[in-house]
Amino acid sequence: MFTPHTKQDEKEMLNAVGVSSIKELLANIPAELLYPKYNLPAALTEQNLTAHLHALAAKNKPLKNFIGAGVYEHFIPAAVPALSGRGEFLTAYTPYQAEASQGTLQTIYEFQSCMCALLEMDVATASHYDGATAMAEAVLAAVRVTGRSEVIISTLLHPHYKEVLKTYTRHQGISIQEARVQVDGTLSVPALQEQVSDKTACFVLAQPNFLGNLEDAQQLSSVVHTVGALLVAVVNPLSLGVLQAPGAYGADFVAAEGQVLGNPMSFGGPGLGILAAKKAYMRQLPGRMVGVAKDKNDERAFVLTLQAREQHIRREKAASNICSNEALCALNAVIYLTLLGPQGLKEVAQLNVERAHQLADLINGVEGFRAGTGAPFFNEFVVTCPVAAKQVIERLETQGIAAGYDLGTICPQLTNCLLVCVTEMRTEEDLQAYANALKGI
Amino acid sequence: MELLSIEKSKPGRRGVRFEKTHKQAVDYLPENLLRTTAPRLPEMSEFDTVRHFTRLSQLNYSLDGQFYPLGSCTMKYNPKAYDKLSVLEPFANAHPFAPENAVQGTLQIMYELQEMLKEITGLSAFTLQPAAGAHGELTGILTVRAYHDAHGSSSRTEVIVPDTAHGTNPATANMAGYAVVNIKSSADGCVDKKALQAALSDKTAAVMLTVPNTVGLFEKDIREISDMVHKAGALLYMDGANFNALIGLAKPADFGVDVMHLNLHKTFAAPHGGGGPGSGPVGAAEHVAPFLPKPIVEKKDGVYTLTGEMPQSLGKMKAFYGNIAVVLRGYCYLRQFDADTLKDIAEKAILNANYVRAKLKGKFDAFFDVNCMHECVLSIDPSTMNGVHTADVAKRLLDYGFYAPTIYFPLIVPEAMMIEPTETESKDMLDAFVEALEEIYNEIQITPQLLHEAPRTRVVGRIDEVSAARQPNLRW
Repeated sequence: MFTPHTKQDEKEMLNAVGVSSIKELLANIPAELLYPKYNLPAALTEQNLTAHLHALAAKNKPLKNFIGAGVYEHFIPAAVPALSGRGEFLTAYTPYQAEASQGTLQTIYEFQSCMCALLEMDVATASHYDGATAMAEAVLAAVRVTGRSEVIISTLLHPHYKEVLKTYTRHQGISIQEARVQVDGTLSVPALQEQVSDKTACFVLAQPNFLGNLEDAQQLSSVVHTVGALLVAVVNPLSLGVLQAPGAYGADFVAAEGQVLGNPMSFGGPGLGILAAKKAYMRQLPGRMVGVAKDKNDERAFVLTLQAREQHIRREKAASNICSNEALCALNAVIYLTLLGPQGLKEVAQLNVERAHQLADLINGVEGFRAGTGAPFFNEFVVTCPVAAKQVIERLETQGIAAGYDLGTICPQLTNCLLVCVTEMRTEEDLQAYANALKGI
Repeated sequence: MELLSIEKSKPGRRGVRFEKTHKQAVDYLPENLLRTTAPRLPEMSEFDTVRHFTRLSQLNYSLDGQFYPLGSCTMKYNPKAYDKLSVLEPFANAHPFAPENAVQGTLQIMYELQEMLKEITGLSAFTLQPAAGAHGELTGILTVRAYHDAHGSSSRTEVIVPDTAHGTNPATANMAGYAVVNIKSSADGCVDKKALQAALSDKTAAVMLTVPNTVGLFEKDIREISDMVHKAGALLYMDGANFNALIGLAKPADFGVDVMHLNLHKTFAAPHGGGGPGSGPVGAAEHVAPFLPKPIVEKKDGVYTLTGEMPQSLGKMKAFYGNIAVVLRGYCYLRQFDADTLKDIAEKAILNANYVRAKLKGKFDAFFDVNCMHECVLSIDPSTMNGVHTADVAKRLLDYGFYAPTIYFPLIVPEAMMIEPTETESKDMLDAFVEALEEIYNEIQITPQLLHEAPRTRVVGRIDEVSAARQPNLRW
């Protein structure tokens, strides 16, 4: 049994309570509702459970992964899970009793600091569920800040992010339009200029966009700000080892998926929602934040702060209902960044750029295939195939390669287009093997 | 106090190296897209980093180290096997867009967990997508909304929430675009049926009920309540954060619940991680199931798939399919324990809470002097306690080596102290905890300053929380 009670314990405890059986304690539950029949599997011992999970794991097929599309395979240094897996972090609750939770609180403060440094933003929260929900919360905050209700999003925003945004805004009287894309797979600046107005609350930029391409963020930002609208930038935090930070091009809010910073792919979850803003919008940010306080001896201490924004105080007037977030994933991210430092982050980002461009060159050497759309890209790019992308995926799978994401699933005109990602995990030999595999098609 | 990593940082130190590139980023990308100044991140060796975070971890109280009687949080033991099994490489490395035949193991686990949660609650369908309890609530209420919209009852604009509800309940209803109608509880701590009847109307979309409720009592009139709700054309939403009291004892579908969420990081033994990741699966009765978020894992001809059509689905609540690493832990839990063990878990959780309540009687009394479910709510009267407040007792408990109970919640109980021992604590631990509170009770009579000055044994003294909000310092 999972419980530590001996028969003797149980007897003594029942005596202390003054009842003769546990059932007596359940008098409030109508008898006809109590003790129904359950059809559940038999209990496994730990040893048998272990064998069972290993057998299930073996049903997942290992493939050389070239899929990105929102979740990316990166190297995770051993120290990351070794530290975050310590029971003192893993089995602590949200740090309500600050004096007994300084470890968790300081790591969150350090996480917020690293995020601000990386994004060049003023404030960051303790984390959100994932990049998509962080973006939805940023949009809701932008609507509250501006008092405007029209939102323009990049057509090249991740399709799941679009769906989540729709879910979060559907009952809030917010309209969503998409910005026009030009032939090179980036947004048209003049088209956005025509689209924005003094009713626009915000524009949601994806940098890189879903096709992997890099937008002219500076220009798009200027266009958005001329009408008094806000810029919500959705970025890949690992790319910021080399790419311009969103704060540098004037983002008002930043939302990002932090899985890339030391968290495994885990079939897409948990992710790590990063949410940051300019200082002026600090009190509009939903979710937990940690700040510096003083203890009674005037020493530095950390606490959850600005809680007057939150649901347990404001109830139905709160900015959001969020409470638990992804603290352990944020811990992984801050350990990862502490291990890499600015130099390591630059190196890994550069390695991504190089390997992706190497594969693009190799693919361009294969007859019938074309890599890229003419726009600059970070570690992900479109490959136009002579056959349906679906066929390429099926073919390469037989050679142990996950070829990429089938863009035909989101847009019928892109049936022959594959979205291919290369991170530092792929060796130069892997790239060659990929190109060779295409040659047979 | 531990220095910040940035205060320990030395230029040129580093922990991890990567392979050298042949060229620089600027050789591949236009210069105007590149970063010009390096981010101010700490520069530390791997060993510096290991020592820094190890030392920080040691500043925490945690369930592994201390009794953690946080009411409403279900801090039960998290079996160590799941730490390893949930991150087996084929699970950790599964890409959400990998071909389905390359992730059958993960999909099978998701499917079987859905099935087991259906059996445990009696509901017809489960989604594993929500990332936390509050996210599950939002999913549930948006499911209710999608149901009403499809049934021509969009004119239902209100959600009824009892005053004992978690703060997330009203905030959730508001996020779903509903007006919140708060109702008072009756003197026995349960829903006041008259107040409920008066609040119900053809505008009511749903009633959100926490079962057992936040004062630790089972809603004894649950069947009547659900009949009233349904008669008014509304749906009954159950906040299942306290499901540890009912697992293996009763099925919410039998109460008349239409939609509910569960917290895998509470009842199903996934660790809380200092504030997530959690997982808040949402279940629905047959008539509401088509409106749940998509996709849900289905089994077709022995193959697991996410491709099923859900034309009436509310859409997506987050990118991808849920916090799968947490889902894996919930699956492990339900495979390690059978139905009899689940019943034992709920029963012992209830026994433990009543034992603490009974043992403290006369010193720290329960606000409602009746048998409780999995947690008991005590109330302190500072006027008879030498001016000592609940916060002081909580801080003093830290000195005795215990984490504090949930305090000042629920709001309807003055100076509340909410204790949830969970089933995994032994009688010995509960006795030690009771003894500490008895000592504290004596201190209140003789040396109350010990409480006002607590904690004395932690790395920092009592923190002035207001000082943080005055001029917020949220980063280096």
